[in-house]
Amino acid sequence: MRTLHRFPGGIHPEEHKAESSARPIHAPFIPNRLFIPMRQHIGQPAKPIVKVGDKVLKGQMIGQADGYVSTAVHASSSGVVTGIGLHAVAHPSGLPDLCITIDTDGHDTWTELQPLDWQSLDPAAVRGYVRDLGIAGLGGAVFPSSIKLDPKNQPIHTLILNGGECEPWITCDDRLMRERAEEVLQGARIMQHLLGAQTVIAGIEDNKPEAIAAMQAAAEKLGLQIEIAAMPTRYPGGGGKQITQTLTGLETPSGKLSTDIGVQVFNVGTAYALARAILHGEPLISRIVTVTGHVLGPQNYETLIGTPMGELVMHAGEREGTTGLIMGGPMMGFDVQPEAPVVKATNCVLVKSAELFPPKPRELPCIRCTECARVCPAQLQPQELYWFARAKNFGKAQEYNLFDCIECGCCSYVCPSHIPLVDYYRFAKSEIWAREKEKHAADIARERHEFRLFRLEREKKEKAERLAAKAQTKKAEAPTLTTDEQDAKKKLIAEALARAQAKKAGVAPKNTDNLTPEQCAEIAEIEARRARIREMAKKTIEPEKHL
Amino acid sequence: MLTAILVMAGIAIVLGAVLGYAALRYKVEGDPLVEKIDAILPQTQCGQCGYPGCKPYATAIAKGEADINKCPPGGEEGVKKLAELLGVEVKPLDAEPKPKAVAFIDENLCIGCTLCIQACPVDAILGAAKQMHTIIASECTGCELCVAPCPVDCISMVVLKEDLPHWKWKYPVFRIKQAA
Ligand code: SF4
Ligand code: SF4
Ligand code: SF4
Ligand code: SF4
Repeated sequence: MRTLHRFPGGIHPEEHKAESSARPIHAPFIPNRLFIPMRQHIGQPAKPIVKVGDKVLKGQMIGQADGYVSTAVHASSSGVVTGIGLHAVAHPSGLPDLCITIDTDGHDTWTELQPLDWQSLDPAAVRGYVRDLGIAGLGGAVFPSSIKLDPKNQPIHTLILNGGECEPWITCDDRLMRERAEEVLQGARIMQHLLGAQTVIAGIEDNKPEAIAAMQAAAEKLGLQIEIAAMPTRYPGGGGKQITQTLTGLETPSGKLSTDIGVQVFNVGTAYALARAILHGEPLISRIVTVTGHVLGPQNYETLIGTPMGELVMHAGEREGTTGLIMGGPMMGFDVQPEAPVVKATNCVLVKSAELFPPKPRELPCIRCTECARVCPAQLQPQELYWFARAKNFGKAQEYNLFDCIECGCCSYVCPSHIPLVDYYRFAKSEIWAREKEKHAADIARERHEFRLFRLEREKKEKAERLAAKAQTKKAEAPTLTTDEQDAKKKLIAEALARAQAKKAGVAPKNTDNLTPEQCAEIAEIEARRARIREMAKKTIEPEKHL
Repeated sequence: MLTAILVMAGIAIVLGAVLGYAALRYKVEGDPLVEKIDAILPQTQCGQCGYPGCKPYATAIAKGEADINKCPPGGEEGVKKLAELLGVEVKPLDAEPKPKAVAFIDENLCIGCTLCIQACPVDAILGAAKQMHTIIASECTGCELCVAPCPVDCISMVVLKEDLPHWKWKYPVFRIKQAA
């Protein structure tokens, strides 16, 4: 038995797991229309490689990985591509994003699948397949797995299979482990092989005894050296740094990742998807989604990627009094539109009602009770972070390790003043990122500007040298440009101008009638400016000719 | 007592020597204040401040010749940062801040005169004589300097719309007022 360690902070919210965990995983259904986003993972979105009108088969690649931090996207069922454009997606902004629309034909015809002989292949080649089969972390962070499986950056001694599933309401990993433990462990074995890890531990919270038993039985059956550890149930025990500490006692230093201390953490769902990909050649086109909350039949659904969440809810039995959908759990999830499709990150669709999720009480001033600091698993000072984020004092917020915040929501959960603390941290983080991007753009602009100044200087010098050399030879020869030639050039430019103006008249806006006097005045002013510019332009063209 | 004084004096001498050495060893080239101001300016290089670029404006501020509120692309934020750096009062911006935009060339109209290339401060326009010209949107700073020289008025400024990768979390609404 492994000695378990305790991570700091944490809370015990109401579990609400029993609602959906009792029933088996529901087989997938094929919606009439699939909306498959190209941006389903961290990093560069996939690049569409199909056209509108193309026939696609189930499992066919429709979006190609674009760059190192990226992964492919596939058709979840057979049909015809009917659109490539913006569509609602699951994102806190509510903004649309690039999706490929597939009208399904109902036949669900698979493309040809190619299982992989992973033991004899070069690990780099296997990682290439993992990328082309679209595998990304299914625990919620959706980081491309091909990168996480590359130990070149940091040697990995311990592989952790994360079956924590600490968020309330969600039971998809629980059901997966109960029903498909063998494939989960086969995936883990491939991971261990690619990483070269000595130890593999699966951490499961002790509120899932059936899953623990199933995993133990499977490990025995397969004869694998994988330790199945039952961890005490405490939110956010399934967080990467938290599970690492619980199982190994190793603390991840501030600003680092668990890989920096030789531990790699994968969600059990990712291990399952990897096993399907390598052993059967199946790309990641479906995942298990918990549909729960205010529905008639809360249950786990094997769901095709691209299925609109509203349709999924309809299948589970929509109820009156639905007030909205959350993707993810109540602690870390966010509101989504019912049109948004299920993506690789969708572990749960939680249906809200006024009863289950009453409107939040009003926010009161912070009373400095430091309850939040007591429960923070990252050992931060949430009340200070809140203060700095609210005052937009981002430098100070960073000094207080804002970026160590895992946005678990423990602090907001316990705050007696009902302050939406995490919203402030997210605001501060995204402001800081935006500023860094701006700074970077400014640095590039400065460089380009300075290079231009340098280039102009250099060209000036070169021209002077050329002219001097010419003057030497010119003495003997006649002038190069006659007045005739100059006139001809002038004429050419005038002609080009006239042509362009004629072209422009063709495309001129037709809304010049019924203008107010102000608009007329404005137009006159603009015309005057244009005339001036033309004058200026002519002047600047003239000296050009002598080059 | 004497040892204490000696020890303290010794420490003072050593530290003094270290500081003196550091001052010589790590002497900064150029005017550090101009560099620091330039680092805050947005590098749009638009000339709206009345100087032919960000660096000249930075130099003018450093010399005390220019006010800190003359750069519209920098916005109120920029003024605030400059005030902080220079230890002076924050002033309201001396212009209307504009949304960020990039230039766009109507390629059907362009006659290939190369005038815009000569105007662009960051070499973000591609083209050659009598060839259609185009703008590298990712390098365009939105300075608008290429708009005026174009003899056929085919350059327009396109305001950047907020899309998913550029979206930012909004400042949380303060619910006290809302609920009351
Ligand atoms: S959300 Fe961040 S600050 Fe709040 S408890 Fe979690 S880690 Fe700590
Ligand atoms: S729990 Fe809320 S009220 Fe208490 S210190 Fe933290 S932010 Fe302030
Ligand atoms: S106004 Fe334009 S040129 Fe002047 S400092 Fe600001 S960005 Fe630079
Ligand atoms: S100034 Fe106008 S016409 Fe001339 S090259 Fe540029 S875009 Fe084309």
